[in-house]
Amino acid sequence: MTGSLERPVIPAFELVDVHYAYPGAPALQGLSLTIEPGQRVALLGANGSGKSTLLRLLDGLYFADRGTVSAFGEALSEARLQDDATAFAFRRRVGLVFQNPDVQLFCPTVFDELAFGPLQLGWAKDEIRDRVAATLAEFSIAHLKDRPPHRLSGGEKKRVALASVLILNPEVLLLDEPTAGLDPQSASELIDYLVKCQGSGRTVIAATHDLDIVEDIADRCFVLQSGRLAASGAASEILDDAALCRSAHIAHAHYHRHGDAVDHHHHHRHTSEAAHGGLPQAAAPTKASQTS
Amino acid sequence: MAKMGMCDCGPSYAGRRQRGGAFLDRLAGGLVHAMDRALDADDLARRDGLLQRLDPRVKLAGLLGLIVVAVFVKSLAVLGGLFLVAVALALPSQVSLSRLARQIWLKVLAFTVLIALPAVFLVPGTIVARVPILLWPVTLQGIRSATFLLGRAETAATFALLLILTTPWPHVLKALRVFRAPIVLVAVLGMTHRYIFVFLESASQMFASRRSRMVGPLSPSDRRRVATATAGVLLDKALGLSTEVQLAMASRGYRGEVRLIDDFHATPLDGVALAGFAAIASAALWLQA
Repeated sequence: MTGSLERPVIPAFELVDVHYAYPGAPALQGLSLTIEPGQRVALLGANGSGKSTLLRLLDGLYFADRGTVSAFGEALSEARLQDDATAFAFRRRVGLVFQNPDVQLFCPTVFDELAFGPLQLGWAKDEIRDRVAATLAEFSIAHLKDRPPHRLSGGEKKRVALASVLILNPEVLLLDEPTAGLDPQSASELIDYLVKCQGSGRTVIAATHDLDIVEDIADRCFVLQSGRLAASGAASEILDDAALCRSAHIAHAHYHRHGDAVDHHHHHRHTSEAAHGGLPQAAAPTKASQTS
Repeated sequence: MAKMGMCDCGPSYAGRRQRGGAFLDRLAGGLVHAMDRALDADDLARRDGLLQRLDPRVKLAGLLGLIVVAVFVKSLAVLGGLFLVAVALALPSQVSLSRLARQIWLKVLAFTVLIALPAVFLVPGTIVARVPILLWPVTLQGIRSATFLLGRAETAATFALLLILTTPWPHVLKALRVFRAPIVLVAVLGMTHRYIFVFLESASQMFASRRSRMVGPLSPSDRRRVATATAGVLLDKALGLSTEVQLAMASRGYRGEVRLIDDFHATPLDGVALAGFAAIASAALWLQA
């Protein structure tokens, strides 16, 4: 059959004119966007721009007040997810790693935490035990197996939270501020993992403030501003647009020290901007910060 | 701007601040202690002991049965006997008497005495003494009523604590589902358990944060106002976090049903235990009749 060759690719997610509001506070206002399967996407925007709300809509935890959200070609509605079979099939395909691992880790031990998702989805217990053991080893957390999650360090918690979602091997991985609160080593390991997702067919959608990781973890960016789509495009294009980054409050000018000299940079200057002159040393913060 | 620091507070300032700080210290310490105790209870449930070795279904049925008998029994001697059974079950289950005293007996005593005390004077009957000065009559029947109330509360609470201390909470919930407890009830119990942890942690952080910003003493009325406002904020914050936890669970497929990796397996010991619970309950009912 030749028809199958011509079949259009069904988007992983498609949002059309989506509105969502918390009591007295609109979060998303007329948002429309499409995310293709296998795409690695970064959601950029200032605090309160609607990134986390969007992730929760994509995960079927919130539902649009107005407009439509489709996942894998079918409408994602509260009524559809009332059905156990539909809900389990959806949860199997989409996983969300929350920003705060403490809210995600609620089981008595790390082992139970990893087993939680598969148990809810009704996997065979022997298969669960095998998958938990394999995932513990893959994430180098086998030594934490019997520890209570709330007694782990921040980096360990994040790792367990990620493992507890990835054990389901979801087609779509949603990440809310994946590097928030991580030390550089843990952040680097997480980024390495996300880089490896490139070409794996897994759709990765990450909401982040950390512009330094965007080009590593995303091919495409959506910039949100006050719940609206301010821009979209390739990661390099978005990051090179200094005016856009500043107007969307995702980049800022800052000062940092190189030896005795203090430079004034715009975050993520790639080609178009030069560093300004420095301020007197006494006025500059002494904290070393990330370079552009 | 109000003055801050120690300049004009005089010699008594340090003392006053220390009292305020000590209060917050005690409060924060108490919250941390409560969390530690909850975690410790979880550890205890996983240790090796008589009750820990029993199937949670048998334990739930047996101990709840004894609680019901303790509530309805009408003989003080039988009630005392049931209390001794509770103590006898605690010791081989690594639950120390000091722990029972701290966590249950003294607290139940404090609350129940307040409720039971009026009965000592109000229930008519044989007067055995009078309260000095007030000359209120203390009756034998009144003492008996108060003792019943106290004994029932202490015995039932001891059995309940034994169940909680020797059984991981998810197993208790799963056992409840085995006995057809409504899924909503079990989900609410599960959420309440998590909410308590979230609440304690939030409270602990809030009081530590407040203490770090305390630069001077507050008047009693200000203290009350701050405490009231803090309590409201704390409840709101903990509820918000608890909702987040619920969303995180839903995100991984949770729909209210309790699913555990461990299957319940009844052993011959469970059969013996079930027979033992039934025998004790029957004997108690027969003796009091």
